[in-house]
Amino acid sequence: MDELNNLMHGFSVAMTLPNLGFMVLGVTLGILIGVLPGLGGANGIAILLPLTFSMDQTSAIIMLSCIYWGALFGGAITSILFNIPGEPWSVATTFDGYPMAQQGRAGAALTAAFTSSFVGAFFAVLLITFLAPLVARFALKFGAAEMFAVQMLTFCSFVGMSKEPPAKTLAVMALGFALAAVGMDTVTGTLRMTYGVTELLKGFDFLIAVIGLFGIGEILLTMEEGLAFKGKSAKIQLDVVLKTWAELLRYWKTSIRSVLVGCWMGVTPGGATPASFMAYGLARRGAKDKDSFGKGNIEGVVAPETAAHAAGTSALLPMLTLGIPGSPTAAVLLGGLLIWGLQPGPLLFTEKPDFVWGLIASMYLGNIVGLIIVLTTVPWWAAILRIPFSVIGPIIIVICAIGAYTVHSSIFDVVMMLVFGVFGYLFKKLRYPLAPLVLALVLGDMAESSFRQSMLLSQGSLDIFWANPLVGGLMALSFVMLLWPIVPVLKHQLRRRT
Amino acid sequence: MIEFKNWAARALVSAVAAIGLTGAAHAWEPTKPVEFVVPAGTGGGADQMARFIQGIVAKNKLMEQPLVVVNKSGGAGAEGFLEVKGAKGNPHKIIITLSNLFTTPLATGVPFNWRDLTPGAMLALDQFVLWVNADAPYKTAKEYIDDIKAKPASTFKMAGTGSKQEDQIITAMIDKATGKKIIYVPFKGGGDVAVQLVGGHVNSTVNNPIEAEAHWRGGKLRPLCIMDTEKLNYTDKVTDTQSWADIPTCKSAGVPIEYLMLRGIFLAPGVTQEQVDFYVNLFKKVRETPEWADFMKKGAFKQTFMSGKEFADWVGKTEAMHYGLMKDAGFLAK
Repeated sequence: MDELNNLMHGFSVAMTLPNLGFMVLGVTLGILIGVLPGLGGANGIAILLPLTFSMDQTSAIIMLSCIYWGALFGGAITSILFNIPGEPWSVATTFDGYPMAQQGRAGAALTAAFTSSFVGAFFAVLLITFLAPLVARFALKFGAAEMFAVQMLTFCSFVGMSKEPPAKTLAVMALGFALAAVGMDTVTGTLRMTYGVTELLKGFDFLIAVIGLFGIGEILLTMEEGLAFKGKSAKIQLDVVLKTWAELLRYWKTSIRSVLVGCWMGVTPGGATPASFMAYGLARRGAKDKDSFGKGNIEGVVAPETAAHAAGTSALLPMLTLGIPGSPTAAVLLGGLLIWGLQPGPLLFTEKPDFVWGLIASMYLGNIVGLIIVLTTVPWWAAILRIPFSVIGPIIIVICAIGAYTVHSSIFDVVMMLVFGVFGYLFKKLRYPLAPLVLALVLGDMAESSFRQSMLLSQGSLDIFWANPLVGGLMALSFVMLLWPIVPVLKHQLRRRT
Repeated sequence: MIEFKNWAARALVSAVAAIGLTGAAHAWEPTKPVEFVVPAGTGGGADQMARFIQGIVAKNKLMEQPLVVVNKSGGAGAEGFLEVKGAKGNPHKIIITLSNLFTTPLATGVPFNWRDLTPGAMLALDQFVLWVNADAPYKTAKEYIDDIKAKPASTFKMAGTGSKQEDQIITAMIDKATGKKIIYVPFKGGGDVAVQLVGGHVNSTVNNPIEAEAHWRGGKLRPLCIMDTEKLNYTDKVTDTQSWADIPTCKSAGVPIEYLMLRGIFLAPGVTQEQVDFYVNLFKKVRETPEWADFMKKGAFKQTFMSGKEFADWVGKTEAMHYGLMKDAGFLAK
């Protein structure tokens, strides 16, 4: 039980009064960063990183990692209240979180999101505490083929989810892949579909598309319904937290499954965004009442939030043990480690135990501090919905524009956001599902690179996807997922014949 | 009289000094925050260096105005270069470069050349090392190269950062030296590349020292040779037995490959000499800090500093070299 001793030592490092102060400060800043769409944890930490150079190393990393937790918590707020995902991994939260808010259950949705986030992060920290060296070795097994298998699994667990006709789903997914292909192609190093336009060099950023499609599209729809919109009658109940908790206990299976998905995707490093989509897809498949998903099912909030947080937290593990960042935010933190003269890698745990265990202890404490802060603010967040649309609408548009601008500091992106907004509106009017487009846009690029890297490694042979039990197992699981929706149909057909 | 002369001389000296001082006080200084463009993503080598400089400048108060790092990585850095190119006469925008200063316009045909910018200073040169997995049987570069020569083409796999950029150029040079084709597999960042080698998914990499150092120290990777004319001079032990200075040059191992990557600063076109001088001085001060010395040691950088014409000439020569190498490898934009 060396880990326990080390952890206790870590708590003694993290529990000092200034460090607790930095934790509260970090979490609060993080929540604000998470609420502003586009700013994001990675940008926020990058901006604040230089401020920490004159601080003590351990305090600095504690504060920065607390910003990270805060941003993870904060991302859910705008997704639920306004259908604007503050962070890419909150997209799946909008599917059921926003309908819940529309039905006047914003408080319950927020509580579910925050609590699930905490559960996900907590289990991921346990994993880091006790299994770090073991898990690090598992992450090394992931080459290009294994990465592709994971992405394939994400797609397959999500496919067949939409209630819209398959042709429409395929059409928007293809559009998503096409948009993802714009810009530099990593494998050949040439530009694709930029047509000499400088602004297109960087491709279509997922965040800008999401802010436009969801946020602006939603505002256009609301405007069409009429500006007389008076705001939701979100009743502010102070006991909403306790009531929701009682309800959440029923979804322990979904929570466990989402924790597993999240930890695994964070370590491999698939990332929090695919994890949230995969967990949502699995939750819907596992549920008895599939049709209630997308209409305000609380389970649809629990699954993606748990997975996103588990992934976001366990993404720090490969960073600490191997020096590979599992997420963009982790990448910026990695830069911070190097600047403080800490070399992440297999030896960090033995060379700088104070630092590593202080950080791990701060993960426990930071999450508890974060949970307390966000839960106490639930009624206030829910109360925002009572503000009439004519007041809050323009504010949302401004926040969206700032968010889109912050991603790359480019005005072109703000214009693109508006264009995506119009498309979002049209798609909703024409009943095209948006989720497959977003999924294709966020994963298309990664899946393509992994596939082509595998093809280079195998010299064009598809056998590489069955070359070892790990990749073979993942691929087999993908196909099971893909064909799962057909099983009931086939059963039905068989029964009819007999 | 002697005393008087002495007094006069002193007065003259102090007057000159005073003029010098007031001259310095009136020299150009940034009047608003300076945007420090990184033509690469967050977390990479250039980004780390830029953020490190930002930290040194802020901590030691080397500049009144803040230095703000902005990543413009689109189109293999073309986005960042085009932005600075377009900021004609704007002294509040500087850019840190890596080899994509040459490779991106050559490989993609994006209308941009280093001559469109104002050269500032060279900060350091980044080394390239040939790495293999510590479990591989090769103890020296010669053993590895001999094995490549002995086996059929496309047997060996090399992971590297990006496509038609420095890592692939070096791979093409190794192809030429061995006469056998090595499969090159591009990944997004240097950290990913090192992990692919640790995981045994490829046979070798040409990671920069800072990208692979931790794995070397952890006993997972083995450096075979360094792609420079001379060995490094960092003699502190990295592992129990070896230091950076113990890695032989590739040339001595029979692979005549030399390649160094520029870490330099450029300004927007049309800025004044006074403005260039301000930044050259700023980076001289950065280089004098103990933090910078530590950073150089950690990343085993070659600490060459150049500015003015010397720097511009060096960049011109290096561009010509890249043109030649990329032409040989067939990487030029059609």
